[in-house]
Amino acid sequence: MHEMSIAMAVIGQVEEAAERAGDVTAVRSVRLQVGELAGVVPDALSFCFELACAGTVLEGAELVTDTVPGRARCTPCAHEWAVGMPPLLSCPLCDGGATDLLSGRELQIVGVQWEDGRTPVPAAQPIPEER
Amino acid sequence: MCRVVDLKQAVLAKNDRAADTLRAGLAARGTTVVNLLSSPGSGKTALLERELGLARERSVPVAALTADLATENDAARLARSGVPVKQILTDGLCHLEAGMLARHLEGWLPDAARLLFVENVGNLVCPASYDLGETLRVVLASVTEGEDKPLKYPTAFGLAHLVVVTKTDIAEAVEFDEPEFRANVERVNPGVEVVLTSARRGLGLGTLLDRALAAADGAPVHTPVMAREPHGHDHGHTHDHADGAGVLTQPHS
Repeated sequence: MHEMSIAMAVIGQVEEAAERAGDVTAVRSVRLQVGELAGVVPDALSFCFELACAGTVLEGAELVTDTVPGRARCTPCAHEWAVGMPPLLSCPLCDGGATDLLSGRELQIVGVQWEDGRTPVPAAQPIPEER
Repeated sequence: MCRVVDLKQAVLAKNDRAADTLRAGLAARGTTVVNLLSSPGSGKTALLERELGLARERSVPVAALTADLATENDAARLARSGVPVKQILTDGLCHLEAGMLARHLEGWLPDAARLLFVENVGNLVCPASYDLGETLRVVLASVTEGEDKPLKYPTAFGLAHLVVVTKTDIAEAVEFDEPEFRANVERVNPGVEVVLTSARRGLGLGTLLDRALAAADGAPVHTPVMAREPHGHDHGHTHDHADGAGVLTQPHS
């Protein structure tokens, strides 16, 4: 199970980003994109994440995982399909032999929500409410 | 105040950068890495021992590094081939990472080594996610493991540059269905070469060495569908996104 290594890589990168920002006091949540074919189990990752956050600026942070379905396109016939699990990566229509994987291998930190020491600056002009 | 910050960083960016650095550093000194992945007991060590012996007979300078959670048994077996061998003990870690490999190579890797075989920890799940700076990734499965192995471990088989079937001397006894195995490999990794071997009977030996040497000479290596990167899309590897992983490679001002 390498989810602990993955969790620690996520934490390390968020810590670095927080350090660069300078005045982060707490991280509330981290949003991840995990592709169906990334080889990572989101539940196991959440479990490890919670443990590995202890004692860091991320302590108590929530891990939000967006799963990205695998999709592929056949280069010769342009057919697009959901690859499924186990993935089908050769074209189900023409067996054309050249496939592009459009999505499904993502393993990316999309963004974080954190608290910093800055006081909110009142908006110069109140934004009128949209209908 | 609470702030939402876009990061857009590949989680494995650090490993991928270490792998790229290692690959470039080794290429500059003429060494190519071959990463061997399989489940425990599939016969990585037996096959590798024979291939190392062949390399020695042919005067091809090679070295091998083998990783296990515990024991130096595999290094002792591989050392019988007479080539430089080193054991990595991961102390329970289920996979190798590029930085770990780089540290183990420091001061050990013989200057002349043209090929470095890395026998990864026996595990088809975790090692698949970690680029070790290899040029050739080889995934092995023995005939006893079932024809559906590639479907059960699609990431490992889907990212292979070469698939090796081992223990074919007992294929008949275990009723190994070769066409079905090949069809399952093709489903997750269309176009990848599948090689049949038996270390015990000496069948298919030398193919691994030949493919590795070809890759070292710059021959094109199979590109798995899973490893192809769609345009404008972060695929788990390092890209120079304006606000992404690439930023971390430079000192932050």
